[in-house]
Amino acid sequence: MSDAPWQKAEVAGTKRALPLVKPEVVLAMLKRSKHPILVVGHKIVEIDLDGKKLIDFVIDIAKAGEIPIVATAHSVKEFLNREFQSVASMPVMDVANRLTDPEWKGLDGKGTYDLAFFIGLPYYMEWLILSGLKNFSGNLQTISLDGFYQPNATWSIPNISSKELREFFEALILKLGGQ
Amino acid sequence: MTRKNVDLKIKELKSNLGIMKDLRLSVGKVIDDSWEETIGPTPYPSITDLRNWDMKILQKYKPFYMPFCDLCCLCTYGKCDLSNNKRGACGLNMEAQQSRIVLLAACIGAATHTAHARHLVDELIEKFGRNYPLDVGGTNVEVEAPVTRLVTGIRPKTLGDLDTILDYLETQINHLLSATHTGQEGNNLDFESKVLQAGMVDQVGMEIADMAQVSCFGFPKADPNAPLVDLGFGAVDPTKPTIMVVGHNVPPAIGIMDYLNEKGLYGKIDVCGLCCTAHDITRYSSKAKIVGPISWQLRFIRSGLPDILVVDEQCIRADSLEEAKKIKAPLIASSSKNCLGLEDRTKDPVDEIVNDLVSGQVDGVLILDPEKVGEVAVRTAMEVAPKRKKFKIIPEIKDLIEIAKKCNLCNECRRACPNDQEIPKAMVSAGKGDLTKLEKIYEECIGCGRCEYVCPNEFPIHSFIVKAGEKKMKQEQYKIRAGRGAIQDVEIRRVGQPIIFGEIPGVVAFVGCANYPKGGEEVAEMIEEFAKRRFIVVTSGCAAMSAGMVKDEDGKSPYEKYPGNFDAGGLVNVGSCVSNPHIAGAAIKIASIFAKRNLRGNYEEIADYVHNRVGAVGIAWGAMSQKAASIASGFWRLGIPVIVGPHGSKYRRMLLGRKDRKEDWYVYDSRTGERVYGGPAPEHLFYAAETKEEAMVMIAKLCMRPNDNTKGRAIKLSHYIDLHKRFYGTMPDDIHLFVRRLSDIPITMKDEIVRILDEKGWKERIIPDPTLLPRMVRKKANKK
Repeated sequence: MSDAPWQKAEVAGTKRALPLVKPEVVLAMLKRSKHPILVVGHKIVEIDLDGKKLIDFVIDIAKAGEIPIVATAHSVKEFLNREFQSVASMPVMDVANRLTDPEWKGLDGKGTYDLAFFIGLPYYMEWLILSGLKNFSGNLQTISLDGFYQPNATWSIPNISSKELREFFEALILKLGGQ
Repeated sequence: MTRKNVDLKIKELKSNLGIMKDLRLSVGKVIDDSWEETIGPTPYPSITDLRNWDMKILQKYKPFYMPFCDLCCLCTYGKCDLSNNKRGACGLNMEAQQSRIVLLAACIGAATHTAHARHLVDELIEKFGRNYPLDVGGTNVEVEAPVTRLVTGIRPKTLGDLDTILDYLETQINHLLSATHTGQEGNNLDFESKVLQAGMVDQVGMEIADMAQVSCFGFPKADPNAPLVDLGFGAVDPTKPTIMVVGHNVPPAIGIMDYLNEKGLYGKIDVCGLCCTAHDITRYSSKAKIVGPISWQLRFIRSGLPDILVVDEQCIRADSLEEAKKIKAPLIASSSKNCLGLEDRTKDPVDEIVNDLVSGQVDGVLILDPEKVGEVAVRTAMEVAPKRKKFKIIPEIKDLIEIAKKCNLCNECRRACPNDQEIPKAMVSAGKGDLTKLEKIYEECIGCGRCEYVCPNEFPIHSFIVKAGEKKMKQEQYKIRAGRGAIQDVEIRRVGQPIIFGEIPGVVAFVGCANYPKGGEEVAEMIEEFAKRRFIVVTSGCAAMSAGMVKDEDGKSPYEKYPGNFDAGGLVNVGSCVSNPHIAGAAIKIASIFAKRNLRGNYEEIADYVHNRVGAVGIAWGAMSQKAASIASGFWRLGIPVIVGPHGSKYRRMLLGRKDRKEDWYVYDSRTGERVYGGPAPEHLFYAAETKEEAMVMIAKLCMRPNDNTKGRAIKLSHYIDLHKRFYGTMPDDIHLFVRRLSDIPITMKDEIVRILDEKGWKERIIPDPTLLPRMVRKKANKK
């Protein structure tokens, strides 16, 4: 478990993400949040955590935590293939750009978001987007759930193995009240 | 036509006014006014002349910054922490700092192309004289330099005219670069305006370079039937001495081909190239071969095939000399911009240089004379080849397996890989004799070599990957159409109207480098998709090579399947990096030839026309360099959107529209002066897509323009919706923004779309004759 950037050259600036090692932190953040969102990239379909696809963990987390999902790139199709309908679709650049706008009405018309989870994006792309949000999004808190430490997030799961990530998600889903 | 630096000296002049002695008259620039076209408002624009236009564009497409670094370390006040948009010691904030870095990149790119053009023009003037006529397409191309005409207001006729234009470009780059100094520009949008100026300057520089080389070297002149040439590693004959040329400045490679021709050695030696010199040498001689894009340098050198490397300028690996040494191949550096620490042997006798290279007394030489490079390269290759016997440093499989067994799975290689390839897992499999995972990595590897530079055991990991892919590599044998150069005026006349009205759904240009997220085949796949859909598909640079590196079931590569003419369903390779202005030029020529707008020094009006009417999109899927940044900037100023691949997010700034802000999308209807909602078309100006699927949907969408007629909009919508349904599994959620009238709806989707429109409370609206410029409104009295 390490909180050095996964791609080693992607060193952070003066402000670095806090390592997220306990699922309880997610619970606490969600409890405080008035309007969270889960931003999901296309790699959720490619990544397999010891026999269970990342997308299936994401669906379980979203259901248990009642977190709305925005699927980026073409990943929405995989949610629909799994008959999971409560998912919005938007290119990640548009999502990120809007998250810096305090006037944005949000995907549900309820106003801007105060907590954004990220998972399943190419590491370097997520790194840059989190940098943009860190510097320009005001009060937004960000959490990276990939298991590859993202220094520009507010909180990030450190570099852990796929087995450890699976265990983290299973514990998180249970604590959120899911199965 | 212009003449610069006219200097008139008169010792004594007697006239009615009296006697004048020692009269001297110096004029910086004389414009020959034989061109009847009215000169527009901005010939030779300064760095602020087009600022108002830039601000219109930047209001629609606001910068979204993603800092690559929280710090500024450019002066000794620093490092300064700019995080959370704080200001540094000089007062600059994070937004401005990001724009400043973008401007630096654009200046580097523009300087590189312009210096390339300068190098070519000076050399060609010395060889052919200032009065040598320019000819890029004979009578088929009367608008021979659309970008140059538009920007400078002159019609270049001779090499000497190009020299004059270069003076202007160099001055502009100088000013722009100076704006990045500490304590100069302080506003992010003004930095962005300067980025657009750099891009515009870059387009002119590239156009000059290509005009000069097309005119003087006899490249294809706007020829849709330019020859098909060999492409791919497997096209190189391993039984022959091989000369490998790399870079962008073609004269040394031409020196090689000329020497071969002169000595009757064609066919006895293979000349192959990587990157844009490869493009340009095949434009000179169809007997030359293209190995592949820039990323193939390491794998090709290590394969041992080249018997000598000749490098010129741009996009050459800085370690090319070290890599050449490993395979016992000498290297010739041939550009003053890339000397590689080698001794300058330009003035030495050829025999001595060849002897030193063949005997191994020196690893390489610097020769700044293209003709001498030609003779030295050929003679050296012929003598070195039998000695080195294609010595390679790719390991044998048994050695690879033994070394792989010793991998301690530290993950350093994976963490250094730009694409996060799972190299450690592949090493485990390789240790067990299974190379399939390494072979898969070969297909997606961008060839940077970072994996092995970080390996604590110093395993040659990149060579392992190449070995695993060796069989496939040797089978890489394709055809690419040599770069044709400009688009003919008659082609523009044919497609002008269907493009402007949207009936040809778009011009899609695949350009740029090879920093792909998942291999070059994604580029080929996208090209195939849009060529089949009868868009006009244009290619250049490394993307043009990747486009050709697939085959269908009949064994044909795309350039063999699709015609090379600028028309629906065509696949048009314009050529190398410096050929990119033929793409922008085609859009400009639509305004000029089809719409009869004046080009001359009339940038703002033409950019407004192109932005609102010409459904063109650039895709730089593997954009890597600062040159790619400046090329994109040149398209942005014309209002042409550019999509980059995910690595393009590292350019740290996007230019994104907000379709949810209705107020951003109003245009003037030039017929009435009314401000009307034109819809978010195009929605973005600079945009990084996460996947090829996303890119394809976005390409179709970004081809829409406010000016589309109903038939054209219906065609464009049908492509957008079809791709969206295929890749996303749903209807797009923004159709109501693009349907202006019921007749815009594709007929086969009418019921479904009308239902959506009803749900959205959609109302019919007028289709404007769109412009962003109040001065273009014809009924001034109605203007609001």
